[in-house]
Amino acid sequence: MDSKNYHEDLSHIRSMMERSSRFISLSGLSGVFAGLAALLGAIYVYFVFQREGINYFDGKRNVFTPQLVNELVVIGLVILFVAVLSGYFFTAKKSKEKKLKIWDQTTKRLLLNFSVPLVTGGFFCLGMLYHGMFVFIAPATLVFYGLALVNASKFTFSDLQNLGYCQIVLGLLSLFFLGWGLVFWAAGFGILHIVYGLVMHKKYK
Amino acid sequence: MQFNRDLNKEFESRVRLGIMSVLMVNDWVDFTEMKNLLEITDGNLASHSTALEKSKYIEIKKEFVGKKPKTSYRVTQTGRDAFASHLSALEKLLGR
Repeated sequence: MDSKNYHEDLSHIRSMMERSSRFISLSGLSGVFAGLAALLGAIYVYFVFQREGINYFDGKRNVFTPQLVNELVVIGLVILFVAVLSGYFFTAKKSKEKKLKIWDQTTKRLLLNFSVPLVTGGFFCLGMLYHGMFVFIAPATLVFYGLALVNASKFTFSDLQNLGYCQIVLGLLSLFFLGWGLVFWAAGFGILHIVYGLVMHKKYK
Repeated sequence: MQFNRDLNKEFESRVRLGIMSVLMVNDWVDFTEMKNLLEITDGNLASHSTALEKSKYIEIKKEFVGKKPKTSYRVTQTGRDAFASHLSALEKLLGR
C-alpha cells in the first residue's frame, strides 16, 4: 500500500464515523424558509392587531379578547406547520442528493434529543395559556427552542449549538421586555433562522 | 518499511475499517443499519464481522425481536485499543 491508500483509509474512517453518528442532511435552506414563514407570520399578526385597533408599537398594555387569542394560536400553528413542512422538504432533498437514508438511527437520535426540551416547552406554554399569562409565551418558546437546539446539536452539525445559544439569550432578554414578544419572535424565529440558514447553506453545500 | 509492523493486518480491509469506525462512535449497531452505512452485501458483512469477533475486537449479540432474529455489534475494549493504535500508526506513516 502506498501513502495515497493510507490517506483514503483515513478519510474512509472519518466519513464512516461522521455518517453513523451525525445527521448530516440538515439543509440550510430549511432554516431560511422556516425563517421566512416566521417573518411573514409576524407581519400578518401585526396587521391583525391593527385591524383590532391595537397599535402594537405604542408600548401600552393591551387586553386581548379570547377570540383574538384563539386567532393568534391558529396563526402560530399554521406558521409552525409551514416551517416544518418546508424544513422537511429541503432536508429530504439534500438527503437524496447525498444518497443517504432520511430515516435512520441518526435521524431518530436527532429528533428524540430535539423533542424532549421542545415538547416540555410546549406543555409549559399550554399551561401559561391556560392561566392567561400571554406575555411569558414568547420568552418561554424562545428559551425552550434554544435548549432543544443546543441539545440536538450533538447529533447533527455542531453549528446548531450557536443558533441555540442565540435563541436562549434572546428569550431571556425578552423576559425583561415583556409585551414585545412579537418583535423578539420575529428576530429569533425569523431573522436568526434566515441568517443561520444562509451561513449553513454556504458552508455545507 | 519499518512503520508497517505497527499497522494491524486485521484492519487491512476497507469493510473492517468501516465496521470499526462505526462502532467506535456508536453503542450497539444492528445488522441492517451497519449494512446500509457501509453499502455492502449481507454475506460480506457477515464474514468480516465474524473475523473481527474471532480476534475479540467486537461482540456479536443475537436476539429475537418478535419472531425476527436480530444481530447487533459492539466494539470491545480490546478492539478499541487495537483500532486506536492502528489509527496512530496510520497517522505516523503519513507524517502527521
